[in-house]
Amino acid sequence: MLFKTLRSPKIVLFLSVVFCLMLATVSAFASTEAAPPPVASSNVAWWVWPLVLFIVTFVLGILAVLGGVGGGVLFVPIVGGFFPFNIDFVRGAGLLVALAGALAAGPGLLKRNLASLRLALPVALIASSAAIVGAMIGLALKPNVVNILLGATILLIVVIMGTAKKSDFPIVPKPDNLSQSLGIMGIYREESLGKDVEWTVHKTPTGLALFVVIGIMAGMFGLGAGWANVPVLNLLMGAPLKISVATSKFLLSITDTSAAWVYLNQGAVLPMIVVPSIVGIMLGSIVGVKILAKAKPKAIKWMVIGLLLFAGLRSLLKGLEIWK
Amino acid sequence: MSNDRTKASEEQITYANILNKGMWFGLALLIVTFIIYISGVLPSHVPIEKLSKTPPGSEVPYWSMRAHDFNQALNIPTGWGWTALAGKGDYLNFVGIAILAGLTILCYLAILPILIRKKETPYVLIAIVEIAVLALAASGILKTGGH
Repeated sequence: MLFKTLRSPKIVLFLSVVFCLMLATVSAFASTEAAPPPVASSNVAWWVWPLVLFIVTFVLGILAVLGGVGGGVLFVPIVGGFFPFNIDFVRGAGLLVALAGALAAGPGLLKRNLASLRLALPVALIASSAAIVGAMIGLALKPNVVNILLGATILLIVVIMGTAKKSDFPIVPKPDNLSQSLGIMGIYREESLGKDVEWTVHKTPTGLALFVVIGIMAGMFGLGAGWANVPVLNLLMGAPLKISVATSKFLLSITDTSAAWVYLNQGAVLPMIVVPSIVGIMLGSIVGVKILAKAKPKAIKWMVIGLLLFAGLRSLLKGLEIWK
Repeated sequence: MSNDRTKASEEQITYANILNKGMWFGLALLIVTFIIYISGVLPSHVPIEKLSKTPPGSEVPYWSMRAHDFNQALNIPTGWGWTALAGKGDYLNFVGIAILAGLTILCYLAILPILIRKKETPYVLIAIVEIAVLALAASGILKTGGH
């Protein structure tokens, strides 16, 4: 029944609007919660917010899998935009959510030789160092500046998701000197073709330079950076799509670790936000994987893009103090 | 049929095995400690119901404050100072979080001898520098400006 429902674009659109309205209601409720008279107690029991957070992150976990994005990129703008928690804690939780997802997926991807350590290690060194810088910048910026930049970044992600093409097997005419000297290459079994695929990469210096920017953004906003990792690994450096997606997911476990430590050490991690979110996203991802086989990916992809557009605008308008 | 050429390398398998065990251990610990936290079995440094309350002189509840202000208002230590409070229900959760965040360092340390044995000099250097970078991030030495 659920699978059939998700096959209809109209139903998907309707569900998207309902989910957005739900978030807007949560947000309106949060804003009245956020500014009560001094010394006042909240009328809402403390457990309501973690419970709502768990439900929302469970839905996000499903959508993330179906939309082919990481949980972090949905988590930060949506929870940051519609819940009463400070953006510092939301970013700290976002990094840990993305980190937990990457840690869970990493072992399987490494063992199946889809995530490549030879490709990931040099890239991770650049990205994780940059993520530390990004985290420090992010925690030093004023919340409204963070929200404006986050909103702009999310809108950029919407454009990338809506327009970027992917290449299953990009052509690499000649590996560059750096990738050759590091031996960044591999072979994996492509079951859909029934043959082994050899791969290598090119334009490594440009790719590594872009990972400086990606790392800074990941640390600054607490986003997982799969949305940026995959295009750079796949379209620029020429790694096959499967290798790019798998290596990107594994890469997050290293990039987000470095930034997560900065947030943790600065006291920007609240277990009350982190644990329900991690559990919610993980359970949602498990359900999402089951639905994935039956759902129409295109309809879901546009639903995720719509949701990100809504969340991105919310962050931007919140930062500009137009929609508080 | 896949063959040896398509199989993951020794260091990749080692990395994956440690990651797998550590992740499930850390996650299970996180869930158990969270249950302890919300059930109130152990007293919390900051009572859970207090997080949604607005303190005197503030316009927002504790959880809407910036991290720096939150830490000051509730006298919360930064860096590794939380270890002194690990016996409290709320800070007990940080044990699981620290394990998840520390796993990557452990994985790098485990593959380092394999890379050295294989004489993968560039990757040995990359792994050593990465361990240093992650250790620096974890050390708590790095500070950001508060507001």
